[in-house]
Amino acid sequence: MDKIPILRMGRFLLVTIQVDMHDRLALQLQDDLTERIVKDRAHGVLIDISSLEVVDSFIGRMISNIAAMARVLDARTVVVGMQPAVAITLVELGLSLEGVRTALDVDKGMALLRDEVQAAGRV
Amino acid sequence: MTVVDRSLQQIQSSEDVVRVRQLARARAIAQGFSLVDQTKLVTAASELARNTLEYGGGGEVLVEVLNDGSRRGVRLTFSDQGPGIADIDLALKDGFTTGAGLGLGLSGARRLSNEFSIDSRLGQGTRVAITRWR
Repeated sequence: MDKIPILRMGRFLLVTIQVDMHDRLALQLQDDLTERIVKDRAHGVLIDISSLEVVDSFIGRMISNIAAMARVLDARTVVVGMQPAVAITLVELGLSLEGVRTALDVDKGMALLRDEVQAAGRV
Repeated sequence: MTVVDRSLQQIQSSEDVVRVRQLARARAIAQGFSLVDQTKLVTAASELARNTLEYGGGGEVLVEVLNDGSRRGVRLTFSDQGPGIADIDLALKDGFTTGAGLGLGLSGARRLSNEFSIDSRLGQGTRVAITRWR
């Protein structure tokens, strides 16, 4: 089965979602990321969704779940690069991605992650 | 109103849900939808295709390309032979679910569409139709 690659950059994990994910692939990513946070002792997760043309309630829930699981494992999550049309649709769908930090691009997302991890006293 | 093109897509797996999204996207682009309108149609299609799979036990979607005077639209009709919906008003409420999801699929798809209709019979199945116009 296909997998979405998870890259490690220092204490952070970086995921770029570039395919139109079917539901099982999304669940696989959720499991893989949770395992990697523990295995790599990661302090933060950055998820780049700039290539995603659709975020429906399933993918939205996956993103919220990842953020919640990461928090329980003492890691912060930032989602970056959401397309404007996706943001408009997401709000109209009724999803607010509560508890998920977002940033416009990878640079801003990394800066936000560093700030959050520093504020948590982990550096 | 004339139906200028129609195609049928089976919904039996989560890969098929992706195919429904791609088909809806292709038709919306062909009809000249803006990116926001494309995204709304495709997102609604994704929610309803997943419902057909999860709650209806699989089914199909009829994708129709509509011309009505100068209006250009796409209609998606999802049908299954599943257990049906006992209380449609309740099923259309935000946050109501009998499954593991967020309960936004049906209500969200309605908000993302210009026209919405649902017909469900217990023990026989469910049909949901949405139309979005450019």
